[in-house]
Amino acid sequence: MKKLLTVVAGIALASALSMSAVAAEKLKVGFIYIGPPGDHGWTYQHDQGRKAIDAKFGGQVETVFVENVPEGPDAERTITRLARQGAGLIFTTSFGYMDPTLKVAAKFPDVKFEHATGYKRTDNVSTYSSRFYEGRYVIGQIAAKMSKSGVAGYIGSFPIPEVVRGINAFLLGAQTVNPDFKLKVVWVNSWFDPGREADAAKVLISQGADIITQHTDSTAAVQVAEEQGVHAFGQASDMSAFAPNALLTSIIDNWADYYIARTQAVLDGTWVSTDTFGGMDSNMVNMGPFVNMPADVKAVAQATAAAIKSGELHPFAGPVYKQDGSLAAAAGEVVDLGTLLGMDWYVKGVDDQL
Amino acid sequence: MSAYEAILFTIITASTPLLLAAIGELVVERSGVLNLGIEGMMVMGAVCGFAAAHVSGSAWLGVLAAVFAGVAMSLLFGVLTQTLITNQVATGLAITLLGLGLSGLIGSDFVGLPGVKLANVSIPWLSDLPYVGRLVFGQDPLVYISIALTAGVGYVLRRTRIGLIIRAVGQNHNSAHALGYKVVAVRYACIAFGGATSGLAGAYLSLVYTPLWIENMTAGRGWIALALVVFSTWLPGRLAAGAYLFGGVWILGLYAQGMGVGIPSQLLSSLPYVATILALVVISTNRRLSVINTPASLGQGFVPDR
Repeated sequence: MKKLLTVVAGIALASALSMSAVAAEKLKVGFIYIGPPGDHGWTYQHDQGRKAIDAKFGGQVETVFVENVPEGPDAERTITRLARQGAGLIFTTSFGYMDPTLKVAAKFPDVKFEHATGYKRTDNVSTYSSRFYEGRYVIGQIAAKMSKSGVAGYIGSFPIPEVVRGINAFLLGAQTVNPDFKLKVVWVNSWFDPGREADAAKVLISQGADIITQHTDSTAAVQVAEEQGVHAFGQASDMSAFAPNALLTSIIDNWADYYIARTQAVLDGTWVSTDTFGGMDSNMVNMGPFVNMPADVKAVAQATAAAIKSGELHPFAGPVYKQDGSLAAAAGEVVDLGTLLGMDWYVKGVDDQL
Repeated sequence: MSAYEAILFTIITASTPLLLAAIGELVVERSGVLNLGIEGMMVMGAVCGFAAAHVSGSAWLGVLAAVFAGVAMSLLFGVLTQTLITNQVATGLAITLLGLGLSGLIGSDFVGLPGVKLANVSIPWLSDLPYVGRLVFGQDPLVYISIALTAGVGYVLRRTRIGLIIRAVGQNHNSAHALGYKVVAVRYACIAFGGATSGLAGAYLSLVYTPLWIENMTAGRGWIALALVVFSTWLPGRLAAGAYLFGGVWILGLYAQGMGVGIPSQLLSSLPYVATILALVVISTNRRLSVINTPASLGQGFVPDR
């Protein structure tokens, strides 16, 4: 009897030990956000991705996030803190976190890092980004169909390749409808400042733009468009609630599938450093509903989106001319991936200089 | 609306929240208190204003709630710095952090909801005058309030007994105390006034500028307001000039970009700051003026010696 008790106690002890071992092995996934999850734009979608991890893995994985982390020294400190707190996988979700992420990654070789929209990788740093420009091409086409003045206004954050690529794709899309379509660009040098974004929208409208699109993270510009009776597009999230009459469609980011796959890879021990550049084909970029437009425009937009999704159409298919008139890709060619990733020139027709 | 009207309208909208927040801080600093919590009070004003307006459907109730929120935050600052004599710089920073965090918490249910916009004034006939009608008679009410407050503060500080007392408390609180003025009470009143105008500035952001609530929507405007107070050498007239200069240079920078002038956008974005620094340098060449106007007791806690 005594022996039996010992065995039972032993089993209980062993199971308790293994329980605690499981608890210790619970994977902690950290996120660094540039803005608040409530921005209804860029950060909102990353947070949706984080919630998708929670929903998928339940008790196996714990997610933590730090919001409003400025790009720069603060980022390095925050990422280090997450790594120290035992995060096994850390997503840094803005371009400016690139160097801080690499620095911290060098100090924590056992932690896996995923940097969004960057181009520097190491053994424990992956990069991932999404071909937002595919969506930009579609909305450029819609813009040229819907505009009466033939001028669109584009609110840019920072002149980095990701944003320049979007501007170029937008104009290339527009030029398929109206070769003389004009695009005015205003940079606000901030990812998130609703007031400035609204100012920029007002300025562009007063200069004749009747279509507003933005590569910044708040809904302010869309609201100005609604108020002033011009059309606009949502960025990163569906923004139709903010501009029910003005919004034509939104480019919606979807990070959830990627985040779940990468978390699974860490759990399985199969994680390796990679570079992912997903587009409509992998559902990383989706278009919102096409509204406030005639049926024929909607049909064109849907056809274009479908053609991009199937790989039939590439937004940067030649001939593509640079602003200075030189040829970037001849007819039959496509602007190559390296050029796309480091894009630092405008296509012909952009009314701005880099 | 013609192009020049649109430019002026946008400049006024960009400048008004700065002016509102700064005019209160000017009074606070004139009474010898340095409140670095403007950003926190502003963002609390913005969220409470938006929430009240959204729930009640009345933008004016939102404005009222924003003022209350600003005053509540400033009184917290008052109790800490005036009654408990904490360090004003540290307390002000704490108020900013508290405001940013608390507003996110309060506002979490209001993100993504449509806002209520405070309607522009419309005076029959006058608002329809060519060229100046809409600019002079068709702004939103808070613009007029900001101008009236600036003029009022200028008049009170310079011409009235109350203004004299505030300045005395700010210049030398021991002397003011010896003369029988209630230093702490005066400072409480000034701090509350500063909270009220910061709350108004927040309401301007969430009810006029961009009628929505997003976390952190003040985006550093409280700090610019703080700099403008120093820029103005604590004079309301110069404060208004500084606020409109800052807003004007900022908006014209955007215009220049939209016209495709070809000046790097980074340079244009920094121009308002460059202009402010240049103006500061020019002003500080007149040493006498800046020394006279700087409140001598600025930032010092007052403990009466009995």
